[in-house]
Amino acid sequence: MKMVMAIIKPFKLDEVRDALTGLGVQGLTVSEVKGFGRQKGQTEIYRGAEYAVSFLPKIKIEVAIDDALVERAVEAIRKSAGTGKIGDGKIFVTSVEQAVRIRTGESGADAL
Amino acid sequence: MKRTIRKMLFAAGAAGTLLLPALALAADDKPKIDSGDTAWMLTSTALVLMMTIPGLALFYGGMVRKKNVLATVMQSFAVTCLVTVLWLFIGYSLAFTPGSAVIGGTSRALMSGMGLNSVNDLAKTIPESVYMSFQLTFAIITPALIAGAFAERMKFSAMLWFMGLWSLLVYAPIAHWVWGGGFLGDWGVLDFAGGTVVHINAGVAGLVCALVLGKRKGYGAENMAPHNLVLSVIGASLLWVGWFGFNAGSATAASGNAGMAMAVTQFATASAALSWMFAEWMIRGKPSVLGIISGAVAGLVAITPASGFVNPPGALVIGIVAGLLCFWGATGLKHAMGYDDSLDAFGVHAVGGFAGAILTGVFAVEAIGGDGHKGLVDGNPGQVLTQLEGCLVTMAWCAVGSFVILKVIDALIGLRVTTEEEVEGLDISLHGETVH
Repeated sequence: MKMVMAIIKPFKLDEVRDALTGLGVQGLTVSEVKGFGRQKGQTEIYRGAEYAVSFLPKIKIEVAIDDALVERAVEAIRKSAGTGKIGDGKIFVTSVEQAVRIRTGESGADAL
Repeated sequence: MKRTIRKMLFAAGAAGTLLLPALALAADDKPKIDSGDTAWMLTSTALVLMMTIPGLALFYGGMVRKKNVLATVMQSFAVTCLVTVLWLFIGYSLAFTPGSAVIGGTSRALMSGMGLNSVNDLAKTIPESVYMSFQLTFAIITPALIAGAFAERMKFSAMLWFMGLWSLLVYAPIAHWVWGGGFLGDWGVLDFAGGTVVHINAGVAGLVCALVLGKRKGYGAENMAPHNLVLSVIGASLLWVGWFGFNAGSATAASGNAGMAMAVTQFATASAALSWMFAEWMIRGKPSVLGIISGAVAGLVAITPASGFVNPPGALVIGIVAGLLCFWGATGLKHAMGYDDSLDAFGVHAVGGFAGAILTGVFAVEAIGGDGHKGLVDGNPGQVLTQLEGCLVTMAWCAVGSFVILKVIDALIGLRVTTEEEVEGLDISLHGETVH
């Protein structure tokens, strides 16, 4: 099992979700985060006081996926989240040691 | 003997009845309580109280960082309560009872002697209880305005002490001088609703506070952007609507004066908001929400002293000038001088109040203000000088008084929160609460 974590532009969330559910993925977790990479921030001005805001709002998606599906999931995320412009985001894949469904107690791939 | 006495009594009685109409006329000459005036003044009182809670509370609250929003609204709310009680004990009496040219007396301490039928000679057609309450709302908002200058760094205990002492030692005397029968009124200073008493007063006190307390930690380097301008827009809107009570209510009557004051208030506010907005658009490239609401407040401040004396075209000019001057006051001037007047108490209220007070001397016309109240455009350029004198006296007493009170409190309990408290945020440090 792998954990696929993707930082994407917020307005791409619905497209990414649809792409993943299209592959058979049955659930995912979403958080609102801030960050920067190569995308420059904005300048805000309040009564003449300028603030360079370098942390931009992003969405982080975390989804646990069976090994067999990981490559296609990563590709699906890349296609649906990409705009071709700087700031599209990144995808990280890490190993999952164990997964358990709380309601039934199933573990391993059955819990995904 | 008895018949003579009876005849004399009869004659006296006859003479007495002849006098009755004369007596009745004399009674009619004395102004009576007017229910229209009273109804409007009751309403105005409510409107002006709303200006502080929640108007000013939200206006300021939205502009500070999230970790300080509760502490900021707390300042407005607590000041409302504190000044009210002090007003009851002695504040009203010191400001609005006859005494000397510099201060009132103690005849209304604890509102002693004020009954259902009492009337203050300063507003003869409304009950004294209404006049007193109306004036209280002004006494409340003036110190609450100062809080904008020391936002995000003052100890709550020190703030309470400062506000309490300031309202009695600075506000009450100045109110007495301009409105309560004191010497500035006698000099002919025209201040309809508080350009000097409220705005220059609060603004100068704010500057003194900003200088004495010093800058916020990280000022100029850290992000101190407003955390929720929607709150500030709501606050500014409540201020605008409430200000009709502030200015039109200062007519202390439901009259043409009140109506015209309301009208000129509207014109000045709108023109000031637009002039700030356009100035910012040209200079900074984008018209901001904070800018337009600040411009509106600047217009409201500037028209305050003028509201009972100028006509609509005069108000338009006052608004445009105020919008531009206060835009400079809150941006250029502040950054050039380097003080941290966090929410521009000086930049908007002192600059706007001063501009409005001087322009009152320019644009006052007898056709609106009556009673020989006229300024430069009506052939009385000397009024401008009188206005300037009023402003300078107010500024001087306010600056000295504020400074002394601050220094005394600083020596006894300290004015500023610790660095840790300031960094953590006042909400959690001073009040044990957060807005998450």
